[in-house]
Amino acid sequence: MEQSYLLTYLLAIPLIGSLLLIFINKEKEQLVKYFGLAVSLIAFVISLIIYFGFDNQSGDFQFVEKFNWVRGLNISYHVGVDGLSMLLILLTTFLTPLTLLSSWNGIKKRVKEFTFFMLILELGMLGVFVSLDMFLFYVFWEAMLIPMYFIIGIWGYDRRIYASIKFFIYTMAGSLLMLVAIIWLVVYSANILGGFTTNLLDLYKTGPTIDKSIQGFLFLAFALSFAIKVPIFPFHTWLPDAHVEAPTAGSVILAGVLLKMGTYGFLRFNLPLFPQASLDYAVLISVLAVIGIIYGALVAMVQTDMKKLVAYSSVSHLGFVILGIFALNQESVQGAVIQMINHGLSTGALFLLVGMIYERTHTRKISDYGGIAKIVPFFSFALLFTSLSSIGLPGLNGFIGEFLILIGAFKSTVLNSWWFTVFAATGVIFAAVYLLWMYKKVVFGEVTNHNLDSITDLNLREKLVLIPIFVFIVWIGIYPSTFLNVSSKTSEKIIKLVTSPQNQIELGKVDAPK
Amino acid sequence: MFSVGIVGVLTRRNAIVVFMSVELMLNSANLTLITFSSYLGDATGQLFVFFVMAVAAAEAAVGLAIIIAIFRNKLTVNIDEINILKW
Amino acid sequence: MIHLIYLTVLFPLFGFLFNGILGPKIKNEKVIGIIGSGTIGIAFIIAVGALFETLALPVDQRLTIITLFQWIDVAGLNIHFAYQVDQLSLVMSLVVTGVGFIIHVYSIGYMHGDKSFWRFFTYLNLFIFAMMNLILADNFLLLFLGWEGVGLCSYLLIGFWYDRKFEKSTTASAGLKAFIVNRIGDFGFLLGMFLIYSTFGSLIFTDVFSRALSFNVPEHIFTLIAIFLFIGATGKSAQIPLLVWLPDAMAGPTPVSALIHAATMVTAGVYMVARCSIIYASAPTAMMVVAVIGVFTAFFAATIGLVQNDIKKVLAYSTISQLGYMFLALGAGAFSAGIFHVMTHAFFKALLFLGAGSVIHSMHDVQDIRHYGGLKKYMPITYGTFLVAATAISGIPPLSGFFSKDEILWYSYANLGIVFWLIGVITALLTAFYMFRLYFLTFEGKEKFDSHKTHPHESPKLMTVPLIALGVLSAIGGFIGIPEIFSGDHGNLFHTWLAPVFKSAEIKLMNIGSHSHFEEILFMAISIVAGVAGIYYAWYAYLKKPAVADKTASRFKGAYNILLNKYFLDEAYEASVVNPIVKGSENILWKIADNRIIDGTINNLAKLVDNISGTIKKIQTGVAQSYALVMILGVLIALLWLIISYS
Repeated sequence: MEQSYLLTYLLAIPLIGSLLLIFINKEKEQLVKYFGLAVSLIAFVISLIIYFGFDNQSGDFQFVEKFNWVRGLNISYHVGVDGLSMLLILLTTFLTPLTLLSSWNGIKKRVKEFTFFMLILELGMLGVFVSLDMFLFYVFWEAMLIPMYFIIGIWGYDRRIYASIKFFIYTMAGSLLMLVAIIWLVVYSANILGGFTTNLLDLYKTGPTIDKSIQGFLFLAFALSFAIKVPIFPFHTWLPDAHVEAPTAGSVILAGVLLKMGTYGFLRFNLPLFPQASLDYAVLISVLAVIGIIYGALVAMVQTDMKKLVAYSSVSHLGFVILGIFALNQESVQGAVIQMINHGLSTGALFLLVGMIYERTHTRKISDYGGIAKIVPFFSFALLFTSLSSIGLPGLNGFIGEFLILIGAFKSTVLNSWWFTVFAATGVIFAAVYLLWMYKKVVFGEVTNHNLDSITDLNLREKLVLIPIFVFIVWIGIYPSTFLNVSSKTSEKIIKLVTSPQNQIELGKVDAPK
Repeated sequence: MFSVGIVGVLTRRNAIVVFMSVELMLNSANLTLITFSSYLGDATGQLFVFFVMAVAAAEAAVGLAIIIAIFRNKLTVNIDEINILKW
Repeated sequence: MIHLIYLTVLFPLFGFLFNGILGPKIKNEKVIGIIGSGTIGIAFIIAVGALFETLALPVDQRLTIITLFQWIDVAGLNIHFAYQVDQLSLVMSLVVTGVGFIIHVYSIGYMHGDKSFWRFFTYLNLFIFAMMNLILADNFLLLFLGWEGVGLCSYLLIGFWYDRKFEKSTTASAGLKAFIVNRIGDFGFLLGMFLIYSTFGSLIFTDVFSRALSFNVPEHIFTLIAIFLFIGATGKSAQIPLLVWLPDAMAGPTPVSALIHAATMVTAGVYMVARCSIIYASAPTAMMVVAVIGVFTAFFAATIGLVQNDIKKVLAYSTISQLGYMFLALGAGAFSAGIFHVMTHAFFKALLFLGAGSVIHSMHDVQDIRHYGGLKKYMPITYGTFLVAATAISGIPPLSGFFSKDEILWYSYANLGIVFWLIGVITALLTAFYMFRLYFLTFEGKEKFDSHKTHPHESPKLMTVPLIALGVLSAIGGFIGIPEIFSGDHGNLFHTWLAPVFKSAEIKLMNIGSHSHFEEILFMAISIVAGVAGIYYAWYAYLKKPAVADKTASRFKGAYNILLNKYFLDEAYEASVVNPIVKGSENILWKIADNRIIDGTINNLAKLVDNISGTIKKIQTGVAQSYALVMILGVLIALLWLIISYS
């Protein structure tokens, strides 16, 4: 296949766009906003082009590009997509323009800097998903923290400094351990392969050969970093603060994409590089995941701040994804992949909606609301629709993911117990409780707070932000095969890499023939 | 003589006195060099003394200039009070 | 028309979208009402057509599957949007679309003038869409889509008047309660589905049921599957222990109570168990559980219904009780009897609710029957049809209720034993009693309202014609299921029609013992006597000597109080389940575990670093001499080390 540079174009667009943005006079706010939106839309178009050129039937990496970077250590600029990253790239490029559009009126000061950081953030996110070189991946992984830190710290709410510092240091601390593990892995592989390399595909061959006990440490080092990002209980406490204090755009991108990088990390690195350790630790991590599902849901139930409620719901939902990953069969992993996308859409939409109503009322406290159904009917419908999607009503997207994960976990031979599914399924009950309870308190009932009488319903721009998300919510719910087919071969491949490590040892072969 | 110089550097509060002590230390080093040069019959020692004296002079000039600048700002040459770099 | 069966699902969906999107703009009640009802009417016609086509097919080839498109295809899970047309789904479809259509027409009259008229019909059509998916699905997953969908519509419709209060709380809370309790049941249903998939490798009915016969599966797996599914059924069909949502569901507009909480949604559980007859037949323990819960719920709910004063509450508990009968039938292995009662119950219970709606409408939203009385002269049609329905539910021949209830009682005796039958008969007596208590207090006797202030009147034709239609069905609907002993060669037509669906299950059960015709007629007579006795006592206590009722109530004050407060069941749940979870989450999980312990650890870690650096920073004194001191000390140590290492 001829060399395609599409992925580099994809990464270049936000980069060049952000650099060009510097030259625009910061007084011209409208120009800045339109420019930023245009750049993110171009990136979306490019990702669509990549999607249409993507071959669902192949489990290998596609659109691969490799250029030498640091010759001595054999570090290269090595990028490529497979089924998993394809979907996540689409999610990223889809959500970024929507986020920028939703912040049109919400961000009033330093608009240019904000747009700049959002574009850099997009670059970082895309870079994480396409990197096939460990060093490159680490660079992008850490690089993403910087714009996020600023976005929360400058444009956030009351406790923004505390939240952004906590977010930054907490995430970085985990990543440092991962750096140590990366270095160890590269050095170890240098001995086997006869030379340094940070090429992931090569490391896939050497990783499983590491002695089991050491593999365990490496696995945990990587896992800590990803576990903080996801977040997995008990490493989740940065999330409520970060989400609450971040501006709407920050929350949407944080929930929509950044959290997925943790789950992506597990699938891309932990599982294939350390298969024996993955099998060893699967039960432990699944237990934490299930605890997270229930704990997150119960704590969400008693929150008084709408954003904190949605933040804890993220903990609960991503617990499902982790459970799906470590149940290690086709149903559950596919469920986990589609649930990543679903969570990005549903929780992203929830944050958008909370942001929209906040713009009008300047309060996030549930007790300040009540009875707004008559005043803002479209908003009420949108909130209900999104809540139902998040709850997992069949016919909408959430159900597909949750169902596949639960049924996979039930028959998982790695987990080997029904109890995971039994407890995780109670999360289904609690999700309905906390979301519909909030909905009832906010939307139904009588209007008690008369400051609310004059708030306006959603305008065209806001509807334009929500409707594409709703379209996908229904599409994934009714005909998920469009999306499941993209990742199915990749899921199969990853599962096989873990559950049959013997195939891997032969140097030179990564895919075992069917 | 060297030790006397050290004690002076460490314990005296007046910056000028500290400099005098430093000069004392340098001169003690000079003395040692000349003595041993004479004892060992090697002229290198005496040559080195010239270097030391030149360095001492330069350093004293710069140091005194700094003290005068500080004095102009803080009106004191008491070292204990010149602690802006304190935590 | 069989191949068009998916239109019975799509037409209501179209109605939902049309009224949902254009409804607020159109504002014309007629158009909205016609679209809303018309879609259901068309669905009914298609169902009738499918029925005739199926009748023309040979008896053993009456199962057709119409596939629309693929839904999920992952590993062994290959589910389509596909609909199964067979005898059972046709019966249910006809009931749902037929009774549904009648209720839609009634609603045009009942909801006239409501400012959210369009929203009502939007939700109603969505409900029918979901219900049709439920009963026509050819696999568990699509059934579950309908299952949860009807739960959603129930939530939306119960809380339809979302700014109104209801009892001690709000209508919205009642809707939420319904959804949550249903979800608890759904949790069980999901587990059942998972177990089915991991045992049989598929979720499609035809696959699962044929493999249930051919695979060698241990009985305890069947029992587990059956119990899990049944938990779902107790949620949806309001049986013990998940019945608490149904009485609160009366917060919704009365047509909603009629359609959803009497005729259709609540019967979903019965349908599901009947559909899975082979699974239940393979798990006798589970069948016993079903029967016990069914009969106990029937009795329990009937006792509560005896003393309720809100017209809709009486009907709500009556519904729970009658659903108990249906499960009793299923537990006894009389699957077609259970479905028969679903049908007849749909007729007379919907009629009772619509009649109650008519009364409430004309009495300006007063629902307390102690403020009614003597309404029969103001509302003749309502009174007449209500009387028919009340008689039917009391099991008086030759109305429909008699045939279906009697069949259930007979089979519970024949297959389960005298105890079940006895409780059933006593419940039948109670049923007749509370039903006619309701009738006498509402329509007969002295007027207990101020006739200067309230002017009761008959309802408009849009409401009375549906009443008459349902009245006719309640009266003659039973003739399709005349028991064998009377109908001779024809046999029980209804039973024969459904027999192929339950054939494998009945073969497994093999327990229809031989009982004589004499026994059957004897027991039939006893149940008629019980019904008549109930009516007589009600007449005596509420019409002839009205003081008797109050005197009995005050004599047995304790028991009366317990019944009036529904055995304090809600309060018990609140105290033992709801409050511990909510308070526990708030105080223990959030405030202590999350804020203090987990987050506290992180924050304390940060403080620790802060403290350490606070101590270490003191080295920077700013005084040059201390630095010099350190330097000199360092030099000394280095010198010493050198000296020592060289000696």
